[in-house]
Amino acid sequence: MDGDDDKVFRALADPARRLLLDRLHAESGQTSGRLCEGLGMSRQAVAKHLKVLEEAGLVVPLRRGREKLHHLNPAPIQEIADRWIGKFERGRMRALADLKAELEGESDG
Amino acid sequence: MAESRFVYVIYIRTTPEKLWQALIDPEFTRKYWGDTWQVSEWKVGSSWKIMMPGGQVADVGEILEIEPGRKLVLTWRNEFRPDLKEDGPSRLTYEIQAHGDAARLTVIHESETPLSRLIQAVSLGWPAILSSLKTLLETGAALEMTQSWKQPQGS
Repeated sequence: MDGDDDKVFRALADPARRLLLDRLHAESGQTSGRLCEGLGMSRQAVAKHLKVLEEAGLVVPLRRGREKLHHLNPAPIQEIADRWIGKFERGRMRALADLKAELEGESDG
Repeated sequence: MAESRFVYVIYIRTTPEKLWQALIDPEFTRKYWGDTWQVSEWKVGSSWKIMMPGGQVADVGEILEIEPGRKLVLTWRNEFRPDLKEDGPSRLTYEIQAHGDAARLTVIHESETPLSRLIQAVSLGWPAILSSLKTLLETGAALEMTQSWKQPQGS
């Protein structure tokens, strides 16, 4: 999904879209009607923002009964965190593993 | 909203066949899923369970729908934590679609119980497990944090 990073960042660059994500984080699985409540945004504006979020993979719509429920997908944000934060952790673990292998190798020989 | 649901969509650079294998093959799951493995005949109606490293049963259920390489639906009830067991059965769905040089995996874990503690608990576990699965399939090594069994948070 490397090519889609741009879509994720563009989607996150808008405060209204971040607000929608916050609402879905607080309660995942909402209809667009419910998401409109108390937001001061038109239904059309919410629908447009949801479309951008869906295309970036940040929101996943699911049909349940007659309703279309919107869910937050944490995967793209987790991948961003892994890319710039998790890698440091992994590098440190690998360094420790290498050190362990080296020290144990020495004691064998 | 009456029910509880966890949804996760991840793209993994692999084929749907390899991803399917990685989701159900015990040798594979032990590497990225906290050293646990699943036991089932993988047929509609057959039982299904997740085994913990010590040999205890973590979760049990029944296969509702199975289409190798494409879709799996099963019921899932926790067995080892009384507070989660009380929540009753939940339902897990995997959907796999080929997407260019990658496979798109959708994981839906849902329960009819409002504010289900089981769904809350698995919501903490799934992101690490799925991220480790992706890393394992793409690089050949799983993430350190998911290689051994850890008691889920809050227990």
